Amino acid sequence: MASVSMTVNGKAVAGDVEARTLLVQFLRENLRLTGTHVGCDTSQCGACVVHIDGIAVKACTTLALQCEGAKVTTIEGLAEPNGPLHPMQEAFREHHGLQCGFCTPGMIMAALDIVRRHGNELDERIIREQLDGNICRCTGYHNIVKAIAAGAKAMAKGGARQAAE
Amino acid sequence: MSATGIGAAVRRKEDLRFITGRGQYTDDVIRPRETRAVFVRSPHAHAKIKGIDTNAAKKLPGVLAVLTGAELANDKIGNLICGWMIHSKDGTPMKMAPHPALAVGKVNHQGDAVAVVIAETQVQGRDAAEKIKVDYEPLPAVTDPAKARSGPQIHDLAPKNTIYEWSLGDAKAVDAAFASAKHVTKLDIVNNRLVPNAIEPRAALAEYDAGTDQLTLWNTTQNPHVSRLVIAAFVGMAPEHKLRVIAPDVGGGFGSKIFIYPEEVVCLWAARKVGRPVRWTADRSESFVTDAHGRDHVTHAELALDANGKILAMRVKTVANLGAYMSTFSSSVPTYLYATLLSGQYDIPQIYCEVDAVYTNTVPVDAYRGAGRPEATFVVERLVEVAARQMGIDPADLRKRNFVKSFPHQTPVIMAYDAGDYNASLKKALELADVKGFNKRKREASRHNKLRGLGYSTYIEACGIAPSQAVGSLGCGVGLWESAEVRVNPTGSVEVLTGTHAHGQGHETTFAQLVSERLGIPFENVSIVHGDTDKVQFGMGTYGSRSGAVGMSAIVKALDKIEAKAKKVAAHMLEAAEGDIVFKDGKFTVAGTDKSAAWGDVALNAYIAHKFAGQELEPGLKETSFYDPTNFTFPAGCHICEVEIDRETGKTEIVNWTAVDDFGTVVNPMIVEGQVHGGIAQGIGQALLEGAVYDNDGQLVTGSLMDYCMPHAHDLPSFQVGLTETKAPSNPLGIKGCGEAGAIAAPAAVINAITDAIGSENITMPATAQAVWAALKHAQPRQAA
Repeated sequence: MASVSMTVNGKAVAGDVEARTLLVQFLRENLRLTGTHVGCDTSQCGACVVHIDGIAVKACTTLALQCEGAKVTTIEGLAEPNGPLHPMQEAFREHHGLQCGFCTPGMIMAALDIVRRHGNELDERIIREQLDGNICRCTGYHNIVKAIAAGAKAMAKGGARQAAE
Repeated sequence: MSATGIGAAVRRKEDLRFITGRGQYTDDVIRPRETRAVFVRSPHAHAKIKGIDTNAAKKLPGVLAVLTGAELANDKIGNLICGWMIHSKDGTPMKMAPHPALAVGKVNHQGDAVAVVIAETQVQGRDAAEKIKVDYEPLPAVTDPAKARSGPQIHDLAPKNTIYEWSLGDAKAVDAAFASAKHVTKLDIVNNRLVPNAIEPRAALAEYDAGTDQLTLWNTTQNPHVSRLVIAAFVGMAPEHKLRVIAPDVGGGFGSKIFIYPEEVVCLWAARKVGRPVRWTADRSESFVTDAHGRDHVTHAELALDANGKILAMRVKTVANLGAYMSTFSSSVPTYLYATLLSGQYDIPQIYCEVDAVYTNTVPVDAYRGAGRPEATFVVERLVEVAARQMGIDPADLRKRNFVKSFPHQTPVIMAYDAGDYNASLKKALELADVKGFNKRKREASRHNKLRGLGYSTYIEACGIAPSQAVGSLGCGVGLWESAEVRVNPTGSVEVLTGTHAHGQGHETTFAQLVSERLGIPFENVSIVHGDTDKVQFGMGTYGSRSGAVGMSAIVKALDKIEAKAKKVAAHMLEAAEGDIVFKDGKFTVAGTDKSAAWGDVALNAYIAHKFAGQELEPGLKETSFYDPTNFTFPAGCHICEVEIDRETGKTEIVNWTAVDDFGTVVNPMIVEGQVHGGIAQGIGQALLEGAVYDNDGQLVTGSLMDYCMPHAHDLPSFQVGLTETKAPSNPLGIKGCGEAGAIAAPAAVINAITDAIGSENITMPATAQAVWAALKHAQPRQAA
């Protein structure tokens, strides 16, 4: 066992973990932040996407110990409980970009990273290409693409305010 | 139509928890002192178990128990079952082999569970599982359904691995029609095996309370009551009233989470044995070798037509692979959910279908989105499209000549279509898809060395399963009605407890739309409760596109009763005759006067009961309905797929997808479109990308998301979706259902388009770039007209 400490959603956290503990396990089991999901074991599905120091990373392929001293943001960190939603979250609801919801946290976190890298005016082609690391079985992606384009635009209007920034 | 009533694109109530990461999926539920189950699974497709040595494993730190099939049998835990009896042509019942939750004596597919470790942590469980020594004697395996009958026998009671040899229709009449036909089209078709891969893996969390002798199971199930009944009464785990099953948020099902699986049985049993909660969540690679697979048919089909392209008859012979064991509904999928739809949208006088179901050393096969209807639609729509090409008739035209035009229409395969207008959806689809401009687009594409093709799929399905008497007479062990309980609270808000279950379909929203509109109360004041056998009375769950047609009909019937009772309460309050009370827009009025009472006051009075207790009216305002549909419903439509194929690489790009569907009454068009999108995506996945592949040793080589090609966003186009409407006559709202339509229609549309583009029918699914490129080498692509 080794100890690890990091900031998650703006709060300092620490824990004792085995070396082989994945970040997603640390989040879900040690911190009880169950919004980050596990959907596969080969890093394909993207349900586990979080942000580490501002960059999208798959938490299933990161060891907790690798995050020593890092700033981690999960889906729970995008909005205060009972506070206003992040414009990307709102966009997913407005455009029916989710059905069962299981891929959704990872989708939203990946979407924010697409905006970070490609800006607020995203066309269909770039969104579809950039979602290569996220699988949805329910929606056929049609409304996810619409949601991300709309969310990106809404973020440009000054609505963006990431809670853990 | 109000802003939140039937027909409104209301945004979903359930979204808030999902977009903020506050969903409660089975793996998110936390119980005190929980332990983990790690299964040991056969690496062999077929083998005898000579012995299992668990001694080393038991000694490892954190291990509470190591259990095998022998202990399970000793504790008198029964086998899993298939609940739909199918008889062969000679009257013999299907050969249902024993399916214990942990294998005894032999293993029959790669992934078959032989032992389980119960440990404090997942890693301790894994470490212990690695120390279990199973002495296998491998046996030859067979995985191909076409070879099953000459392969090594898997189960003693099923010679030639044959489960049943079933048929439907009049063979002699079909033969006579073929003899008189001007044209016969013949096709050999493989409907490729699929892995459902809902993004949430299956999971079970079982807990035993020794103080009350009560078992609780949290499970990723689409039908908690059915699971409870099977596990209690058939597996014999506990008396039904001592078992609670909770399906919390479930991350997609598509059929794969209907069935009762070994893992939840083992977790329940182990929880009682070790006296602590036992949790299991599948790894994705575990899902691949345990979740029921879909499809896997080998078919020879023939269509007989007269000189004018009028269809005279169809005959179909299918071998259906059911895998190593018969899963819960497996027997029905290639029989009553398949052959009964072979008439398609057409008036076909005679049809004969034979289905042989076989065991192989593969993962069990059962219903997967569409369940038999994608297989039927693929056969029908390929036959019709190829017949059109062979006879030189425009494929849309050939369809129009054969559409059923008057209703009700009795097909020769049991189903009686009650309402539809197939011309209307075809016409609208032709316009939206700009079929007129296709040839121009084709010529333009060929200038860039690309091949364009157009494919139709005019599908029909039988949904809203199902009238209990009908399915009972066909061998189904359960009725397929649905239940609803409407509870009005004293403060006027309403809870609806439904026996259906939502795993993405948005029932918390659509059901609330219905109730809100009917009772004239705000949408926010209606809650929908599902998924807990302690809260909700028996219901059959969600699959077969039934929650709207059957589930909402049960709610309507309960609302009828609520309205009737509320009027009685209002009559007492307003001192009027019950027959003079009118209920409209949330208000009860004495007809012809301005005396009225608001919904909220009536609700409160129902519970205060000052004005009528002790008389003939009971206090309270809560009503139940168990609704049995009078018929299946028959959603139908027309999908048109336009593809562009790169000659150099064989890669297929879908450049346009048009869907025009008739779902009867649409409660929430946004949700309905979402269902269509998702279904089409799965259908395109089947046609272009997906396919579960076994090697000669019975190893699933497509055993992870790296090897099994799931559709990604860049594999799919955006979809053009339209609607026509003929209401379903068989339920009060006129709903037909929409959940499976896309998956049913799509594969035929894609393959019809690709074969049109390359001028060869020699394409099997998935039509990968390599397959298309190879077919192109031997093909004569048609020139644009």
